[in-house]
Amino acid sequence: MKRLVPYIALAAFASVPLWLHDPYLLNAFITTGILIIAAMSLNLLLGYTGQLSLGHVAFFGIGAYTSALVSLGFDVELIGGIRVVHEPWPVWTGFVIGTLVAALCGYAVGKLSFKVRGAYFVIVTISFAEVVRLVALNWVELTQGPLALTSIPPMTLGFPGVGYLDFYSKQSNYYLVLAVLVVSYVVIQRLVYSRVGRAMIALKENESLAVSVGIDVTRYLVLAAVFSAGIAGAAGSLYAHYLKIIDPDVFAFLYTVTMVIMVISGGKGTLAGPIVGGLIFGFIPVAARSFATPEIQWILYGLLMIIIVFVLPKGIVPAIEKWFSAPNTSVDPEPLQAKMHDTP
Amino acid sequence: MTELLQHIVNTLILGSTYALLGIGLTLIFGIMRVVNFAHGELYSFGAYALYFVGVMLGLNFFLALIVAVVLGCFAGALIEVVLLRPMRGADIDTTMLVMIGAMIVMQNGEQFVWGGVAKSVSTPFPELPLVIGSISVSWLRLFVFCAALALIGVSYLLINRTKLGKAMRATFQDRDAASLMGVNIQFIYMATFAIGSSLAAAAGALLGPVYVISPQMGNLASLKAFAIVILGGLGSIGGATIGGFLLALAEELGAGYVSSGYRDAMGFLIIIVVLLFRPTGLFARAERIG
Repeated sequence: MKRLVPYIALAAFASVPLWLHDPYLLNAFITTGILIIAAMSLNLLLGYTGQLSLGHVAFFGIGAYTSALVSLGFDVELIGGIRVVHEPWPVWTGFVIGTLVAALCGYAVGKLSFKVRGAYFVIVTISFAEVVRLVALNWVELTQGPLALTSIPPMTLGFPGVGYLDFYSKQSNYYLVLAVLVVSYVVIQRLVYSRVGRAMIALKENESLAVSVGIDVTRYLVLAAVFSAGIAGAAGSLYAHYLKIIDPDVFAFLYTVTMVIMVISGGKGTLAGPIVGGLIFGFIPVAARSFATPEIQWILYGLLMIIIVFVLPKGIVPAIEKWFSAPNTSVDPEPLQAKMHDTP
Repeated sequence: MTELLQHIVNTLILGSTYALLGIGLTLIFGIMRVVNFAHGELYSFGAYALYFVGVMLGLNFFLALIVAVVLGCFAGALIEVVLLRPMRGADIDTTMLVMIGAMIVMQNGEQFVWGGVAKSVSTPFPELPLVIGSISVSWLRLFVFCAALALIGVSYLLINRTKLGKAMRATFQDRDAASLMGVNIQFIYMATFAIGSSLAAAAGALLGPVYVISPQMGNLASLKAFAIVILGGLGSIGGATIGGFLLALAEELGAGYVSSGYRDAMGFLIIIVVLLFRPTGLFARAERIG
């Protein structure tokens, strides 16, 4: 029964555009779906390796800007008078390049910032995201700065000899997002159920122990960062081509906070967690918009965040799983865990 | 040359308030191990408290400053008791999320109560600046500099010369041992957060009249405070003071000679470079307060 849940959920979500015709709600589904992909990528780092990256939006934004610029073309003069001109390429290449560039940034950031842990890692990642935001704001020649990149073309997929598919309508974008979401889910699932995933979980549980049994911690952390950043970049690319406009606000800290709270509330370190948490926090603004101004919505959001951390620190999905499996396992003793004293 | 001198004068004034922010955070982060994302919101809280007391209630400017700092102290104590006390023993990421939630609530609360339009506070200082040679400084800024230096001095004395300060230093070095020696850890934590918050509120109340007061003013303040703490080394008041001036210098020179758009990037670049090459900070001999 439990194995069927993902398929039932997929079928249910695939049917949404068939019965839901309200464009506002469909739009909410699409943007929520994009944020869920980003939250899933964050979960790979936060949930499986235990590293809280609060600069995750940087990869999302880099994917969005790269993808938009590849498909729009640009003409910039670098320092020393070198002029770089790029003619517009097909949109799907933008998606691929955006994903790859984000993954590459994940590699670089991972290589550098995994030298520090805990609070310092968090602060380095935020700093990275803020620097990227300021570059997007100030490199006007490339990014148009606060004026935003506009008329970004929608996603198109060309098939030689057959024709091409474009994604203008909300329905088609919904299926595009759903498809990318499913692919990301499968990639993350394959990764965490593999040897790599077990190594990640081992180093989350106890890093010194993992090192002592020969796990190359930095290598696995960087690997997780590469996949995580790449998937976030893909989500960013979808975002850019769906909204057709992006400005430096795409790097806002609150987007990272939204992703984090989606992961935490749903249950970090579970595959379904970011999806459950994402649906809840994606639709809170929709539910609240009728009676609350944006400030009140954000206040509710912040309070909910505090309450969830207090009441359900492990998240919704583990709580449900525990509830369903309670009758069988109630007599089992607590699983033995190697615990070491964390010296502060 | 004149331009450089002017930059240095600006650095001293900005740096003194940055130092206040940094000292507040280095105490909180050092003693309590709480990554206080609400620090910037307490900074804007101080500015709004000054506006409320000084402009809306019409109290004397200097009295209003004192009231703002006291209110910041109470707000900090309240946050500590309500949000952080139940989270004792939780890991650092969990308390960080709670503080992010508090930051969101406080910032939007300010937006809700005061609106998005920036407020300005008038001061009793003369409009005409003090001109020495080719440099000009407004009297208000001069006052801000002196008041901030005085507060830095007070916090130094508080940590190094009082019984409370001694208990705080002991808690920083070894919480359990301090507790065994009869130090009331719960009280020390509350006092630490309250003192740190009142220093942040003081920085906001002092800088508020220099610039304008808006709900967004605290946005970067938390991260800048972290840049200062990382630069100065954890738990070091002297380090935080020098770190505050260095950050201000980097921002002033960056804005003056590189590009004003990248002014705020300086703090982040400092964080990245320092953490990657000298993670203990520039001045930390060992981790200790004082």
